[in-house]
Amino acid sequence: MKRYLELFLVFFKIGAFTFGGGYAMIPLIRNEVVKKKNWLEDDEFMDMLAIAQSMPGPMALNTALFVGNKRFGFKGSLFSGLGIILPSFITILFIAIIFTQFKNNPIVERIFKGIRPAVVALIAAPLTGLSKSAGISRKNAWIPFLVVIAVWLLKISPAYIIAAAILSGILYPIYLKKRIKR
Amino acid sequence: MKLIELYVALFLSFFKIGLFGFGGGYAMLPLIRHEVVDAHPWISINDFTDIVAISQTTPGPIAFNSATYVGYAAVSNMGFSTFQGILGSAICTLAVSLPSFVIMTLICAFFFKVKNNPPVRSTLSVLKPTIIGLIASAALMLINKANFIDYKSWIIFGTVFLASLQKIDPILLIALSGVAGILLYH
Repeated sequence: MKRYLELFLVFFKIGAFTFGGGYAMIPLIRNEVVKKKNWLEDDEFMDMLAIAQSMPGPMALNTALFVGNKRFGFKGSLFSGLGIILPSFITILFIAIIFTQFKNNPIVERIFKGIRPAVVALIAAPLTGLSKSAGISRKNAWIPFLVVIAVWLLKISPAYIIAAAILSGILYPIYLKKRIKR
Repeated sequence: MKLIELYVALFLSFFKIGLFGFGGGYAMLPLIRHEVVDAHPWISINDFTDIVAISQTTPGPIAFNSATYVGYAAVSNMGFSTFQGILGSAICTLAVSLPSFVIMTLICAFFFKVKNNPPVRSTLSVLKPTIIGLIASAALMLINKANFIDYKSWIIFGTVFLASLQKIDPILLIALSGVAGILLYH
């Protein structure tokens, strides 16, 4: 029981101190999981990151579940998962209860008038760096363009786009194999 | 709409978000928006942008944050009690996490055996550029009249965009934009 509690507490801490989520939390997780606790080797950690990033769902949750499961089985993943979920659940619930009552307050409204365009800028600014790390080149630049047209202009649900991307990824090697055989 | 129907609809939407939410963070925004603003009348587009802002200044991934927030807001906006809203939050948070639980359990059992097989690798090579497209869509769809009310909005946008490229902490930028909002709008 003690080790499950330890697992819960480590991921609770990670969940409570990672702002902005995603990439910002990688050094923090590595410090706890690899250096302090020795739950994973460094190369296992890198493999795990690749998996957590390429699977659906929040990377933080996937990472927590992986570590919990790898070290302490399915029951371990329940504790690590709960640990990573709870801090944001408590915080946002608190904010939601308060915010739904105060959002028509004129000062709150002015604050958010300033924040809204800033949010858009914060989403747009990292795009160039991300494109590089995703390996965007002249050969595959049509994919993000097509996605933008489908999602932004045609308002097609991104769920279909993701499903189509997965399907074409699975079918393409099969198609290549058949062509080589001919 | 009956409360139980609302709970089921919320559960299904957030399960879908968890299942198809590849790329994490911003890449999930178009999907979340589609479910909670366009496909269902749960929150307004202004509320949605505000959740993204709140998400950037509070701990935890945006998928959890929006699940917790929308679960509460959708239920309480329809006139149900605070406790019923909290239950809505819990249902949405559970729903968005469930696909990860199933998938990661399977992965831990099988993935290392299939990591280098061609379909898995080529799927990843298609997903990565798709995710870039989704993030770009997230930015484009938030450029609308609700978020950009006048030229001052564009000044804030430009300033934050440039500051963000200089790797200035996003939490600080959001706080400063809030201050700018108080000063610029009367």
